[in-house]
Amino acid sequence: MENSMYRSKAFKAYSTGFVLSLVFTLVAWGIVNRHVTNEHQPYSHLFIHILVLSLAILQLVVQLIFFLHLGREKKPRWNLQALLATILVIIILVIGSIWIMNNLNYSMMNTVPSQEDRPF
Amino acid sequence: MTKVSLVHKEIDKETATSLLGFWVYMMTDCIMFASLFAVFIVLKNNIADGRNGAELFSLPFVLTQTLILLTSSFTSGLAMLAAQRTKLKDTFIWLGITGVLGASFLALEVNEFVNLDHSGSSWRISGFLSSYFTLVGTHGLHIMVGLLWLVGILVYMYKKGLNETSVKRLTMFSIFWHFLDVVWIFIFSVVYLLGVN
Repeated sequence: MENSMYRSKAFKAYSTGFVLSLVFTLVAWGIVNRHVTNEHQPYSHLFIHILVLSLAILQLVVQLIFFLHLGREKKPRWNLQALLATILVIIILVIGSIWIMNNLNYSMMNTVPSQEDRPF
Repeated sequence: MTKVSLVHKEIDKETATSLLGFWVYMMTDCIMFASLFAVFIVLKNNIADGRNGAELFSLPFVLTQTLILLTSSFTSGLAMLAAQRTKLKDTFIWLGITGVLGASFLALEVNEFVNLDHSGSSWRISGFLSSYFTLVGTHGLHIMVGLLWLVGILVYMYKKGLNETSVKRLTMFSIFWHFLDVVWIFIFSVVYLLGVN
Protein backbone atom coordinates (compact mmCIF):
# COMPACT_ATOMS: atom_id res chain seq x y z
CA MET A 1 0.00 0.00 0.00
CA GLU A 2 2.85 2.40 0.82
CA ASN A 3 4.31 2.28 -2.66
CA SER A 4 1.04 1.98 -4.52
CA MET A 5 1.37 5.40 -6.12
CA TYR A 6 4.54 4.46 -7.97
CA ARG A 7 3.00 1.27 -9.28
CA SER A 8 -0.35 2.77 -10.28
CA LYS A 9 -1.62 3.11 -13.84
CA ALA A 10 -1.62 6.89 -13.53
CA PHE A 11 2.07 6.93 -12.59
CA LYS A 12 2.90 4.74 -15.59
CA ALA A 13 0.94 7.13 -17.82
CA TYR A 14 2.93 10.11 -16.52
CA SER A 15 6.26 8.30 -16.98
CA THR A 16 5.35 7.23 -20.53
CA GLY A 17 4.38 10.79 -21.39
CA PHE A 18 7.58 12.15 -19.87
CA VAL A 19 9.84 9.72 -21.76
CA LEU A 20 8.03 10.27 -25.09
CA SER A 21 8.22 14.07 -24.64
CA LEU A 22 11.95 13.81 -23.89
CA VAL A 23 12.51 11.73 -27.03
CA PHE A 24 10.58 14.14 -29.29
CA THR A 25 12.38 17.16 -27.81
CA LEU A 26 15.83 15.62 -28.20
CA VAL A 27 15.20 14.38 -31.76
CA ALA A 28 13.98 17.82 -32.91
CA TRP A 29 16.88 19.56 -31.15
CA GLY A 30 19.44 17.04 -32.42
CA ILE A 31 18.43 17.41 -36.07
CA VAL A 32 18.42 21.22 -35.90
CA ASN A 33 21.73 21.26 -34.03
CA ARG A 34 23.31 18.97 -36.64
CA HIS A 35 21.94 21.17 -39.43
CA VAL A 36 23.28 24.37 -37.89
CA THR A 37 26.72 23.12 -36.83
CA ASN A 38 27.41 21.28 -40.11
CA GLU A 39 28.93 23.57 -42.74
CA HIS A 40 27.10 21.87 -45.61
CA GLN A 41 23.69 22.25 -43.91
CA PRO A 42 22.57 18.69 -44.76
CA TYR A 43 18.79 19.23 -44.57
CA SER A 44 16.49 21.39 -46.65
CA HIS A 45 14.65 24.39 -45.17
CA LEU A 46 11.28 22.74 -45.81
CA PHE A 47 12.31 19.43 -44.23
CA ILE A 48 13.40 21.15 -41.00
CA HIS A 49 10.14 23.10 -40.78
CA ILE A 50 7.95 20.04 -41.34
CA LEU A 51 9.99 17.89 -38.93
CA VAL A 52 10.12 20.41 -36.07
CA LEU A 53 6.43 21.31 -36.34
CA SER A 54 5.30 17.67 -36.57
CA LEU A 55 7.36 16.73 -33.51
CA ALA A 56 5.87 19.68 -31.59
CA ILE A 57 2.33 18.62 -32.50
CA LEU A 58 3.11 14.98 -31.61
CA GLN A 59 4.37 16.15 -28.22
CA LEU A 60 1.21 18.21 -27.74
CA VAL A 61 -0.91 15.10 -28.36
CA VAL A 62 1.26 12.97 -26.05
CA GLN A 63 1.00 15.51 -23.21
CA LEU A 64 -2.76 15.93 -23.67
CA ILE A 65 -3.24 12.18 -23.37
CA PHE A 66 -0.68 11.22 -20.71
CA PHE A 67 -0.41 14.41 -18.61
CA LEU A 68 -3.90 15.88 -18.95
CA HIS A 69 -5.75 12.53 -19.26
CA LEU A 70 -7.97 13.77 -22.06
CA GLY A 71 -8.96 10.28 -23.19
CA ARG A 72 -10.28 9.20 -19.79
CA GLU A 73 -13.00 11.80 -19.53
CA LYS A 74 -16.65 10.76 -19.15
CA LYS A 75 -19.28 11.76 -21.69
CA PRO A 76 -20.28 14.42 -22.76
CA ARG A 77 -16.53 15.27 -22.73
CA TRP A 78 -16.81 19.03 -22.22
CA ASN A 79 -13.04 19.37 -21.87
CA LEU A 80 -12.43 17.77 -25.26
CA GLN A 81 -15.16 19.84 -26.92
CA ALA A 82 -13.75 23.08 -25.53
CA LEU A 83 -10.28 22.03 -26.68
CA LEU A 84 -11.41 21.21 -30.23
CA ALA A 85 -13.22 24.56 -30.53
CA THR A 86 -10.06 26.29 -29.29
CA ILE A 87 -7.85 24.43 -31.77
CA LEU A 88 -10.18 25.55 -34.59
CA VAL A 89 -9.92 29.19 -33.45
CA ILE A 90 -6.13 28.91 -33.16
CA ILE A 91 -5.78 27.43 -36.67
CA ILE A 92 -7.93 30.19 -38.20
CA LEU A 93 -6.09 32.87 -36.22
CA VAL A 94 -2.52 31.75 -36.94
CA ILE A 95 -2.85 30.49 -40.53
CA GLY A 96 -5.15 33.40 -41.42
CA SER A 97 -2.69 35.97 -40.09
CA ILE A 98 0.27 34.43 -41.91
CA TRP A 99 -1.71 34.19 -45.14
CA ILE A 100 -3.03 37.75 -45.07
CA MET A 101 0.24 39.35 -44.00
CA ASN A 102 2.25 37.46 -46.61
CA ASN A 103 -0.19 38.57 -49.29
CA LEU A 104 0.15 42.11 -48.04
CA ASN A 105 3.95 41.87 -48.19
CA TYR A 106 3.69 40.49 -51.72
CA SER A 107 1.37 43.30 -52.86
CA MET A 108 3.63 45.94 -51.32
CA MET A 109 6.80 44.55 -52.92
CA ASN A 110 6.97 47.19 -55.68
CA THR A 111 6.70 50.09 -53.28
CA VAL A 112 8.95 48.93 -50.44
CA PRO A 113 12.44 48.25 -51.81
CA SER A 114 14.14 45.92 -49.30
CA GLN A 115 11.36 43.63 -48.20
CA GLU A 116 12.53 40.17 -47.42
CA ASP A 117 9.57 38.05 -48.42
CA ARG A 118 10.18 34.54 -47.24
CA PRO A 119 7.03 32.60 -46.43
CA PHE A 120 6.73 31.63 -42.75
CA MET B 1 -10.09 5.86 4.04
CA THR B 2 -13.58 6.54 2.69
CA LYS B 3 -12.52 10.14 2.11
CA VAL B 4 -9.57 9.02 -0.01
CA SER B 5 -11.68 7.08 -2.45
CA LEU B 6 -14.09 9.97 -2.48
CA VAL B 7 -11.36 12.38 -3.50
CA HIS B 8 -9.78 10.06 -6.02
CA LYS B 9 -12.69 8.40 -7.76
CA GLU B 10 -15.77 10.53 -7.37
CA ILE B 11 -15.03 14.20 -7.08
CA ASP B 12 -18.13 16.13 -6.11
CA LYS B 13 -20.08 18.14 -8.62
CA GLU B 14 -18.87 21.52 -7.42
CA THR B 15 -15.21 20.52 -7.80
CA ALA B 16 -15.90 19.12 -11.25
CA THR B 17 -17.54 22.41 -12.26
CA SER B 18 -14.58 24.42 -10.94
CA LEU B 19 -12.15 22.23 -12.85
CA LEU B 20 -14.13 22.62 -16.08
CA GLY B 21 -14.24 26.39 -15.53
CA PHE B 22 -10.49 26.44 -15.06
CA TRP B 23 -10.04 24.35 -18.20
CA VAL B 24 -12.09 26.91 -20.17
CA TYR B 25 -9.90 29.72 -18.78
CA MET B 26 -6.86 27.74 -19.96
CA MET B 27 -8.38 27.53 -23.46
CA THR B 28 -8.76 31.33 -23.64
CA ASP B 29 -5.16 31.65 -22.46
CA CYS B 30 -4.12 29.38 -25.33
CA ILE B 31 -5.93 31.67 -27.80
CA MET B 32 -4.03 34.64 -26.39
CA PHE B 33 -0.73 32.80 -26.87
CA ALA B 34 -1.82 31.82 -30.40
CA SER B 35 -2.30 35.49 -31.30
CA LEU B 36 1.16 36.30 -29.93
CA PHE B 37 2.57 33.43 -32.02
CA ALA B 38 0.82 34.82 -35.11
CA VAL B 39 2.37 38.24 -34.45
CA PHE B 40 5.81 36.69 -33.98
CA ILE B 41 5.61 34.64 -37.18
CA VAL B 42 4.47 37.67 -39.17
CA LEU B 43 7.23 39.94 -37.78
CA LYS B 44 9.93 37.26 -37.67
CA ASN B 45 11.87 38.54 -40.69
CA ASN B 46 11.52 42.25 -39.90
CA ILE B 47 14.88 42.58 -38.17
CA ALA B 48 15.43 46.21 -39.23
CA ASP B 49 19.25 45.88 -39.59
CA GLY B 50 19.44 44.40 -36.10
CA ARG B 51 20.50 40.86 -35.36
CA ASN B 52 18.36 37.81 -36.22
CA GLY B 53 17.57 34.61 -34.33
CA ALA B 54 20.56 32.71 -35.71
CA GLU B 55 22.92 35.29 -34.21
CA LEU B 56 21.10 35.68 -30.89
CA PHE B 57 19.90 32.25 -29.76
CA SER B 58 22.02 29.50 -28.25
CA LEU B 59 20.76 25.97 -28.88
CA PRO B 60 22.31 24.26 -25.79
CA PHE B 61 20.93 27.02 -23.55
CA VAL B 62 17.38 26.66 -24.84
CA LEU B 63 17.57 22.85 -24.59
CA THR B 64 18.49 23.20 -20.90
CA GLN B 65 15.49 25.47 -20.34
CA THR B 66 13.20 23.05 -22.16
CA LEU B 67 14.36 20.00 -20.21
CA ILE B 68 13.98 21.86 -16.89
CA LEU B 69 10.41 22.90 -17.71
CA LEU B 70 9.47 19.46 -19.05
CA THR B 71 10.73 17.79 -15.87
CA SER B 72 8.84 20.27 -13.70
CA SER B 73 5.65 19.51 -15.65
CA PHE B 74 6.20 15.81 -14.91
CA THR B 75 6.84 16.41 -11.18
CA SER B 76 3.76 18.66 -10.86
CA GLY B 77 1.71 15.72 -12.15
CA LEU B 78 3.34 13.44 -9.56
CA ALA B 79 2.50 15.96 -6.82
CA MET B 80 -1.13 15.78 -7.88
CA LEU B 81 -1.08 11.97 -7.89
CA ALA B 82 0.42 11.93 -4.39
CA ALA B 83 -2.20 14.42 -3.18
CA GLN B 84 -5.05 12.31 -4.57
CA ARG B 85 -3.70 9.40 -2.52
CA THR B 86 -3.42 11.68 0.56
CA LYS B 87 0.35 11.29 0.85
CA LEU B 88 1.27 14.64 2.33
CA LYS B 89 5.04 14.11 2.44
CA ASP B 90 5.29 12.96 -1.19
CA THR B 91 3.08 15.86 -2.27
CA PHE B 92 5.39 18.33 -0.53
CA ILE B 93 8.50 16.79 -2.09
CA TRP B 94 7.20 16.71 -5.66
CA LEU B 95 5.63 20.17 -5.44
CA GLY B 96 8.87 21.50 -3.94
CA ILE B 97 10.89 20.04 -6.82
CA THR B 98 8.41 21.58 -9.28
CA GLY B 99 8.91 24.97 -7.63
CA VAL B 100 12.72 24.76 -7.67
CA LEU B 101 12.74 23.71 -11.35
CA GLY B 102 10.25 26.45 -12.25
CA ALA B 103 12.34 29.06 -10.44
CA SER B 104 15.53 27.94 -12.22
CA PHE B 105 13.72 28.12 -15.56
CA LEU B 106 12.60 31.67 -14.77
CA ALA B 107 16.11 32.63 -13.62
CA LEU B 108 17.58 31.39 -16.93
CA GLU B 109 14.98 33.33 -18.88
CA VAL B 110 15.52 36.57 -16.98
CA ASN B 111 19.26 36.09 -17.46
CA GLU B 112 18.76 35.66 -21.21
CA PHE B 113 16.59 38.79 -21.41
CA VAL B 114 19.12 40.87 -19.49
CA ASN B 115 21.97 39.59 -21.69
CA LEU B 116 20.03 40.41 -24.85
CA ASP B 117 19.27 43.90 -23.58
CA HIS B 118 22.90 44.53 -22.60
CA SER B 119 24.25 43.28 -25.91
CA GLY B 120 22.20 45.88 -27.74
CA SER B 121 19.22 43.72 -28.71
CA SER B 122 16.39 45.14 -26.65
CA TRP B 123 12.72 45.06 -27.63
CA ARG B 124 13.08 48.56 -29.10
CA ILE B 125 15.40 47.46 -31.92
CA SER B 126 13.08 45.65 -34.35
CA GLY B 127 9.68 44.11 -34.93
CA PHE B 128 11.28 40.70 -34.55
CA LEU B 129 12.67 41.52 -31.10
CA SER B 130 9.48 43.27 -29.93
CA SER B 131 7.35 40.26 -30.79
CA TYR B 132 9.97 37.87 -29.36
CA PHE B 133 10.06 39.66 -25.99
CA THR B 134 6.25 39.90 -25.89
CA LEU B 135 5.69 36.22 -26.62
CA VAL B 136 8.44 34.74 -24.45
CA GLY B 137 7.94 37.39 -21.75
CA THR B 138 4.21 36.62 -21.48
CA HIS B 139 5.07 32.97 -20.99
CA GLY B 140 7.64 33.94 -18.33
CA LEU B 141 5.03 36.08 -16.59
CA HIS B 142 2.71 33.07 -16.45
CA ILE B 143 5.52 30.98 -14.94
CA MET B 144 6.05 33.68 -12.31
CA VAL B 145 2.34 33.76 -11.40
CA GLY B 146 2.39 29.94 -11.30
CA LEU B 147 5.31 29.99 -8.86
CA LEU B 148 3.50 32.43 -6.53
CA TRP B 149 0.41 30.20 -6.71
CA LEU B 150 2.60 27.17 -5.92
CA VAL B 151 3.96 28.86 -2.81
CA GLY B 152 0.38 29.67 -1.80
CA ILE B 153 -0.62 26.01 -2.12
CA LEU B 154 2.44 24.89 -0.12
CA VAL B 155 1.54 27.28 2.71
CA TYR B 156 -2.10 26.16 2.66
CA MET B 157 -1.10 22.48 2.76
CA TYR B 158 1.35 23.14 5.57
CA LYS B 159 -1.42 24.73 7.64
CA LYS B 160 -4.44 22.60 6.72
CA GLY B 161 -2.99 19.36 5.36
CA LEU B 162 -4.56 17.53 2.46
CA ASN B 163 -8.28 18.18 2.22
CA GLU B 164 -10.59 18.45 -0.75
CA THR B 165 -9.76 22.11 -1.26
CA SER B 166 -6.01 21.55 -1.43
CA VAL B 167 -6.44 18.63 -3.84
CA LYS B 168 -8.70 20.81 -6.02
CA ARG B 169 -6.20 23.67 -6.03
CA LEU B 170 -3.34 21.31 -6.76
CA THR B 171 -5.26 19.77 -9.67
CA MET B 172 -5.90 23.23 -11.15
CA PHE B 173 -2.27 24.19 -10.66
CA SER B 174 -1.07 21.07 -12.43
CA ILE B 175 -3.41 21.77 -15.38
CA PHE B 176 -1.98 25.31 -15.53
CA TRP B 177 1.61 24.05 -15.35
CA HIS B 178 1.08 21.36 -18.01
CA PHE B 179 -0.34 23.97 -20.37
CA LEU B 180 2.61 26.29 -19.79
CA ASP B 181 4.86 23.42 -20.80
CA VAL B 182 2.77 22.82 -23.93
CA VAL B 183 3.05 26.52 -24.85
CA TRP B 184 6.81 26.33 -24.22
CA ILE B 185 7.16 23.36 -26.63
CA PHE B 186 5.81 25.62 -29.36
CA ILE B 187 8.06 28.52 -28.31
CA PHE B 188 11.01 26.10 -28.32
CA SER B 189 10.07 24.82 -31.79
CA VAL B 190 8.81 27.93 -33.59
CA VAL B 191 10.91 30.67 -31.98
CA TYR B 192 14.19 28.89 -31.24
CA LEU B 193 14.57 25.76 -33.40
CA LEU B 194 13.13 27.40 -36.53
CA GLY B 195 14.66 30.76 -35.56
CA VAL B 196 18.28 29.62 -35.76
CA ASN B 197 17.92 28.36 -39.33
